[in-house]
Amino acid sequence: MLSRVANSIYWLGRYAERVENYARFIDVNFNLMLDMPQDMKEQWEPLVQITGDRDIYVKKYGSHFDRKTVIFFLAFDEDNPNSIFNSVQNARENARMIRENLSKETWEKLNETYHYVKSGKEKSIWKKEDPRSFFSHVKDSVLLLYGLAENTVARTEGWYFRQLGQYLERADKTSRFLDVKYHILLPSHEEVGSPLDFLQWTALLKSVTAFNTYRRFYGNITPSGVVEFLVLDKHFPRSVYFCLKEAENCLYKISGSDGVGFKNSAEKAMGELRSKLEYDDVNDVISTGLHEYLDKLQIKINKISNEVNKNYFQIKSNLIFQTQEQS
Amino acid sequence: MPLIDSKSSQAFFDEMYDENGACRPHYFKYESLIKRVSRKKLNHLQFAADKAQVGMGMTFNVYHDDQGVEKILHLDIIPRIIPSSEWRIIEDGLKQRIKALNLFLQDIYNEQNILNDGIVPKDLILGSKDFLEPCIGLTPPKGIWCHITGTDLVKDKDGQYYVLEDNLRCPSGVSYMLESREIIKRAYPDLFNDLGVRPVSNYPIRLLNMLQYLSDKSKPKIGVLTPGVFNSAYFEHSYLAQQMGCELVVGMDLIVEDNIVYMQTTGGKEQIDVLYRRLDDTFLDPQAFNPDSMLGVPGLFNAYKAGNIAMANAPGTGVADDKAVYAYVPEIIKYYLNEEPILSNVPTYLCRKEEDCKYVLDNIKDLVVKETNAAGGYGMLIGPKATAEEHEKFRGLIKANPSNYIAQPTLSLSTVPTLVKDSIESRHVDLRPYVLYGEEIDVIPGALTRVALKKGSLVVNSSQGGGSKDTWVLY
Repeated sequence: MLSRVANSIYWLGRYAERVENYARFIDVNFNLMLDMPQDMKEQWEPLVQITGDRDIYVKKYGSHFDRKTVIFFLAFDEDNPNSIFNSVQNARENARMIRENLSKETWEKLNETYHYVKSGKEKSIWKKEDPRSFFSHVKDSVLLLYGLAENTVARTEGWYFRQLGQYLERADKTSRFLDVKYHILLPSHEEVGSPLDFLQWTALLKSVTAFNTYRRFYGNITPSGVVEFLVLDKHFPRSVYFCLKEAENCLYKISGSDGVGFKNSAEKAMGELRSKLEYDDVNDVISTGLHEYLDKLQIKINKISNEVNKNYFQIKSNLIFQTQEQS
Repeated sequence: MPLIDSKSSQAFFDEMYDENGACRPHYFKYESLIKRVSRKKLNHLQFAADKAQVGMGMTFNVYHDDQGVEKILHLDIIPRIIPSSEWRIIEDGLKQRIKALNLFLQDIYNEQNILNDGIVPKDLILGSKDFLEPCIGLTPPKGIWCHITGTDLVKDKDGQYYVLEDNLRCPSGVSYMLESREIIKRAYPDLFNDLGVRPVSNYPIRLLNMLQYLSDKSKPKIGVLTPGVFNSAYFEHSYLAQQMGCELVVGMDLIVEDNIVYMQTTGGKEQIDVLYRRLDDTFLDPQAFNPDSMLGVPGLFNAYKAGNIAMANAPGTGVADDKAVYAYVPEIIKYYLNEEPILSNVPTYLCRKEEDCKYVLDNIKDLVVKETNAAGGYGMLIGPKATAEEHEKFRGLIKANPSNYIAQPTLSLSTVPTLVKDSIESRHVDLRPYVLYGEEIDVIPGALTRVALKKGSLVVNSSQGGGSKDTWVLY
């Protein structure tokens, strides 16, 4: 497969996943705010905080985080490189560059999703009293896209590059969702374990559609239970460990390796991180400090992505230096 | 009562109605169907067609336009229908023409008999900027130069087809022919069987077979070379690659070592054997041609010369579709084939000839003046529609550089009823059939019919407000 094409497919996977995560995230936070006590201010700042784009927000809008501005920023703002609009546009541009490698159905669905988000922007969805149906449609569109791909795309190199992008993105986003709890403030220390605290943990689980599964596995909602489930669970498809295990498998399929040890620096970095998570327990996470642990995790995921780029996407220059870096 | 709301002028040939307003036989079935459909339903069908195009991503980029980069080419839902008797003439005429032009290209880059015999002026060819010196002495794989042609035809008021342009470089629009058919089939599900419309859907496989024929390998690696996602025809490039199941490559994907062209893949280098290139000649290789080209592949031309890669169309074909060379095509056909041309040329005045130039300057208000090397409807003057000032401006341009201009009488392009907002009116059309030259010459039974959507306009180019129609060639 052409290196340029592999690069585009990988980023297509990442951007599509990002679109879905952001849409879900806005939806869930909106729900959470409805359940908050009246005397508590709506908290929209943590959403911006965890996306890592707080600086861009503050530069443009100052330190005032109201609902409409934050939704606009996360969903439609073209100045926010990770907004849903930009991500879906990037996904589509990548897809357009490699259309010959996509099935007709997946291309058309993605194209349609792009036009849907664009129309939402034109209709100023963020000003609506309740924009949830828009975001849940976006989320469903991406899931439909996955379903179409699952049933129409051959399991060859391209499939594994897209999956690799999707799972690395999801691992990163799940860790960030978890981190949001660190940033959402409770009115006082006594509130730990209060109904409000419970609501926030519930919302977090719902952000990654983990609520029901968690309930079946753990019953009671406890911070350590949620952390263990979202970071270390071996079976849940949105836990960080699960995503890394899948992503690692993609790398093996791509290089044709037998899954023992490593053949290149991407597999090495991936294997190291995966096995760390495989043998960590929740006490290791908590003793490191949740925020610190997640922070390190995100840095390592970034490193893996860079190694993938180095091993597979860089091509020899025949005119000027050529590379296509995305983030 | 005819379908059209405002009757077209007698000065034009209408494809659906004769001069007495009677429906032509090959449109009978269509007319009876369409008369039973309400205008509201028609408008809905049109709306659905527009929507389908956006959904498929059938969009193109317009140069010099700030209004967003993507537009759809308006597809009118009323088809242009061609009876088989007419099609046979087109088919035979195009085969003859392409065969002769191919012999012409082989000749001028090798023996130059036609120039030495004084049939075509030497300076016209050797002085043309499209005559590529690096191609001298070259015979492309299987001796084929113009593999893919999209000849523009028009029908004048006498009901005869005339060739307007040969388009031997990288003719575009074939994806619209294919996708439009898919969309229009949804609008008239019953009619297709009933009427006997010849299918076009196997074009990609015929194209693929033609490209495979160019290599001697049993399983050659084939790619479509595109300038990139910002090119106005990018949709078509990716569409064709997808339909053929081959690679879509840009210049930076390719690298040449020891005159062999490789793709840069995740598994290292992989040789590529045939390129359907949609990049202009001079952008192909900065070492052989335009050194500023950032789109091409350094060393590609040498690899081609060494016979290690086939390219369609062959570099150097542009010289034969120059608008001044066009005037000589009837002579070219007679010279190589010893046959009378089946399809007529539009009478053409070459401003490089003194008496022609004088005629053009005196009669500019009745003529269409074209730059010999421009495409896309740019750089032309339609005398009868232009102001006195514009006439004067073009007189100046012609006098300053006569060999850069040709002129032709204003043709009365035929019309087809077209859905315009809430009414059906006649609009002018041209016809672009596609011809593949591989093991044999293959004329695809279908075409891109371009329609000038502005009332009275004769300019059908998409860049100038033109739309398209599905073209039904009957069995």
